[in-house]
Amino acid sequence: MTQTTLSPLRKGGTAAGAATGRGTALRAARRRAVLRWIAVHSLAIAAALFFLLPFVFVFLTAVMSDDQALTRELWPHTWEWGNFATVWHTPGFLTWWRNTLLYAGLGTVLAVASSIPVAYALAKFRFRGRNLMMMLVIAAMMLPPQVVIVPMYLFWAKQLDLAGTLWPLIVPFAFGNAFTIFLLRQFLLTIPREYTEAARIDGCGEFRTMVRVVLPMARPAIAASALFHFFYCWNDYFGPQIYVSENPAAWTLSYGLESFKGAHQTDWNLTMAATVMIMAPVIVVFFFAQKAFIEGVTLTGVKG
Amino acid sequence: MTTAQVSSGQTPSGRLSPGPRAKRTGGARRAERTRRALRTLGFLSPWLVGFSVFFAYPLISTVYFSFMKYDGFTAPTWVGLRNWVYVLQDSPFFWPSLRNMLWLVLVMVTCRVVFGLGIGLLITKVKAGAGLFRTLFYLPYLAPPVAATMAFVFLLNPGTGPVNTILGALGLPEPDWFSSASWSKPSLTLLALWCIGDLMVIFMASLLDVPKEQYEAAELDGAGPWQRFRYVTLPNISPIVLFAVITGVIATMQYYTEPLVAAKVASGVIGGSGQTFEPGYPDKSTLTVPHVIYNLGFQRFDTGAACVVAIVLFVLAMIFTGFLMRRRSGFMAAED
Repeated sequence: MTQTTLSPLRKGGTAAGAATGRGTALRAARRRAVLRWIAVHSLAIAAALFFLLPFVFVFLTAVMSDDQALTRELWPHTWEWGNFATVWHTPGFLTWWRNTLLYAGLGTVLAVASSIPVAYALAKFRFRGRNLMMMLVIAAMMLPPQVVIVPMYLFWAKQLDLAGTLWPLIVPFAFGNAFTIFLLRQFLLTIPREYTEAARIDGCGEFRTMVRVVLPMARPAIAASALFHFFYCWNDYFGPQIYVSENPAAWTLSYGLESFKGAHQTDWNLTMAATVMIMAPVIVVFFFAQKAFIEGVTLTGVKG
Repeated sequence: MTTAQVSSGQTPSGRLSPGPRAKRTGGARRAERTRRALRTLGFLSPWLVGFSVFFAYPLISTVYFSFMKYDGFTAPTWVGLRNWVYVLQDSPFFWPSLRNMLWLVLVMVTCRVVFGLGIGLLITKVKAGAGLFRTLFYLPYLAPPVAATMAFVFLLNPGTGPVNTILGALGLPEPDWFSSASWSKPSLTLLALWCIGDLMVIFMASLLDVPKEQYEAAELDGAGPWQRFRYVTLPNISPIVLFAVITGVIATMQYYTEPLVAAKVASGVIGGSGQTFEPGYPDKSTLTVPHVIYNLGFQRFDTGAACVVAIVLFVLAMIFTGFLMRRRSGFMAAED
């Protein structure tokens, strides 16, 4: 291929080389390689601007003064770091954090713990109806949550009287989460049968084989699915809107943020400061767990 | 019912031949089989309970309520097909929401797949700072949808938004974005393109899997870049493209948070709980099918009509899920 060993920055061809036909061809190839290098990287920089600039503008507005946020100027005159403190001290903001951590933390632990044995059975056991079970998992994963929301709400609100609390959001995750099951199974399929068979010959029961042999190997997949689940809860807007909107003491960050904008109708700077504060943890976690995220996405799409 | 249809396409596999154990006595074999069945059930039990309580039961209730008049307070009464007639004929929201869905499927899903593939191709060609670019392209995907939508409503706000400021400075027209019925869906598409990270990673992984020899062979035959893409890359990644299209369509069917938050913030009609909000601002242009379910079920307390819309959504989603399972056996099987 043309993108051989040539450094794109090395000047190609000398005058002497150009004298021969071979030298000219080589120089042309080199020039093409340089041009292509420049084209690819300028395109990449253009794309990078598209992905980066929204973050930049949001951040710049977050540190503007109230007056300036109402103008068209893009660069802050003064850097109002106090905006973040103002948001932090908004009534309710800390409660939203606590609720979000509770919902995401507890939900993730429950979902992963309950999905592991299911994924294990679907990947490693042979039984009648396994394909049907797998199809049900995929169907549940694809089913829009709004399809069953009306009876689900009636169930939680009328039968159990738990609307306005975080329970309807958290408890369902104790019974396996379709996406988590799917992702874990995709990974468990890649673990060779020899390991489980060896454990069985050594006299391990199925449960011990799963816990002692397979799960240690599945650590990256468990980490990836836990991260995905945590962010699903962190980002969830629909669930909180249905179950806790009537009780501000149970709001989560994603739901609260919107009402925050309602209370600060004209204050784009404070709204953007709050937006930054909700995006920030996600970005920080991503930098620490980049590999797990990328592996997780790949597993959902490519395997097989 | 679509599930049954799909299963017929599946090869029956995973049956154990009874061979080696045929010698044992019937009783021991039966005991062993029971033990295995119980073990399997034990491992599957969380999901069996979860599926029954959180999918099967509410799904059946949805069908039941679609024939009932029920406001959530007084006892439900049988009204036959009246809810269906209301939704299909008289509801001002149902058909606009379906039309929006069609627009989003045709335009937004197409743009996402093309752009995701483009970014995936670009990232495999970048030599300098590839890791940095990849991180940057992926990051917006993780931004909470509410936060990302608020950010875009701000960025694109017609008065003081940075985007129109820049467009104005360049002497270009300044659209009304989320405040205009003809620009609101393109604005949502722009937001969706910003959050393309997942597709980019999937395309990137599949592009790296295309065998190098095929490119070399094509090059020896004198194929240019476009021909290499058309005759080598595309055939190799077409299953992933199809996967991206179908999951994109399914995601569009559940599209909820972004258009709702955009409509609320852009219209300025938000003020905490209990406030009713005419969905789809401006002029029903951001209305999606899930919004109609929410509006009917939770704002108008018309449970029956909400369930009718839910059933329509269910049928559409299952048709596409069926496609997904049929066309991509890898998604399902991957036998050991």
